[in-house]
Amino acid sequence: MSAVAGIRPKSPAERLLATNSWLVFVFFYAPILVLVVFSFNANDNVGIWTEPSLRWYREVFQDQAVLNALKNSVIVAAISTVVSTILGTMAALSLERFRFRGQKLYDGLLYLPIIIPEVTMAVMLLLFFAQGFQWLDSTVGWSPSFGLGTISLSHIAFNISFVTVVVRARLGQLDPRLEEAAADLYASRWQAFRRVTLPLIMPGVLGGALLALTISLDDVVITNFVAGPGSTTLPVYVFGLVRRGVTPLINAVSVVMLGASMVLVAVSFGFQRNPRSRVQSSSRS
Amino acid sequence: MKDASVVAARPELEEAARRADSRRGFLIALPAWFYLTLFFVLPLGIVAVYSFATRSSTGRTVLGDWNVDAYRRLWDSLVLQIAVRTLVLALVTTLICLLLAYPLAYYMATRRPMVRNILLILVMIPFWSNFLVRTYAWKVLLGTDGPVSQLSQALGGEPIRLLFTNTAVLIGLVYGFLPFMVLPLYAALERMDWSLVEAARDLYAGGWTAFRKVTWPLSLPGVIAGSILVFIPTLGAYVTPAILGGAKTTLAGDYIVSQFLAARNQPFGSALSMGMMFIMLGATIIYFRWFRPSGRDL
Repeated sequence: MSAVAGIRPKSPAERLLATNSWLVFVFFYAPILVLVVFSFNANDNVGIWTEPSLRWYREVFQDQAVLNALKNSVIVAAISTVVSTILGTMAALSLERFRFRGQKLYDGLLYLPIIIPEVTMAVMLLLFFAQGFQWLDSTVGWSPSFGLGTISLSHIAFNISFVTVVVRARLGQLDPRLEEAAADLYASRWQAFRRVTLPLIMPGVLGGALLALTISLDDVVITNFVAGPGSTTLPVYVFGLVRRGVTPLINAVSVVMLGASMVLVAVSFGFQRNPRSRVQSSSRS
Repeated sequence: MKDASVVAARPELEEAARRADSRRGFLIALPAWFYLTLFFVLPLGIVAVYSFATRSSTGRTVLGDWNVDAYRRLWDSLVLQIAVRTLVLALVTTLICLLLAYPLAYYMATRRPMVRNILLILVMIPFWSNFLVRTYAWKVLLGTDGPVSQLSQALGGEPIRLLFTNTAVLIGLVYGFLPFMVLPLYAALERMDWSLVEAARDLYAGGWTAFRKVTWPLSLPGVIAGSILVFIPTLGAYVTPAILGGAKTTLAGDYIVSQFLAARNQPFGSALSMGMMFIMLGATIIYFRWFRPSGRDL
């Protein structure tokens, strides 16, 4: 790959490539930067700059509705991430390491929640819960309602697929001979999994979990449909505010949410870096 | 070799072991299977059933009196207009993303490893950042007294009113989904064996010919993956048009949502959802068949 520099000297085409790239990066970051700058504006009006202040951040952390929505978001994200990571990892294992009847169908089923339009899935889950609750009420007299439960169940439904894809990619890279070697050394299937497979796919599992966490924390459309009164998550609450207009308070909340995303990026890079290079060097030798 | 000797010695034992293994695989697959059947397949079936139901005069859905009226309404000129607008917007968004992302990914993939990693992080940050927030940033930028308009006025121009137009929605969609195009393209180009390009150049291929005959075909899986990752969510986009679009820019996504949350016509909304799902599945299948017959993973 180092030969690349040799075959293409600095040409007009090269310069055009570089210019395009930097323009795209400006396009990526200018809106975010403007948002961050304006979130420190003291003025009530978003467009008019007066002086830098932390006023709106103070208001964010005193706003009971925001704090409540944030708490809901964290609860839902935690539950859905844990459950979908476990189920998704199991699904990935069964697809990559076993052969069983109906596997093709299962494979296709796992891709569907990713391919299907978000709006369709939202509609599906809304009607399902509404119909299901009615049925439960008439048969066992139990009438649950829309809330954190329905949101969590819905988030798990779409997150399983994402976790499966990520873990499968990792399993696919893994040399199956490592597990065979463990089996040859009289490890049971479970021991081989615990001692060999799981540690090696851990970056994939954590990566999948992180993706699930991010998607859960970001979701607006599906959550909007299956949330009940008083159980909104932060994105759904912010979405409601945003539709009404632009306010300095939303700017500040947005920047807090961006900050959380940045932390997740940093963590994901932390996961992927070290273990991967270690596995690569060990599988190469 | 180990397997072969076992087969030779005890075929029935091998068969039993294989069957036990298959059972184990099935058991491991079972929880997710069960979950998706209950919370995905069943809901899908319910939507399918609802799309044939009747809407009573009060807006309630009557299960019974099955008919295809909702599907007939899909051919109304209003619905077709929205469908065409959505398709065109999704295609244009995908194309613009490809045009912006390909040179960027190419540039990234041909840098030194150190620079490459820094650029990759710079693309990952918007990729992982909250979509809603990134869309909202454009509402701030494009507002009547927002920075874009103020800048234009400071330069002596007219105030720019882009918010609530198709252009604003397009900008928002491109901005929102561009990282989804860059990453698969970059992955494909980075994996590529660049000595093939070198070989083409050695055989007197010009820069453009080498690109057309070697680089482009080899990067095609990335192009396909990126296009699907942009096209599909754009077709169903709801958040972007809801924030940046106006009354005259209704897209399929917000139209479906309005059938449930505003118009209260569940059978029609269900039929719309089914229609959208089939278009999307169809598009995905055609795309894969066309470009990569053996393709399985995204």
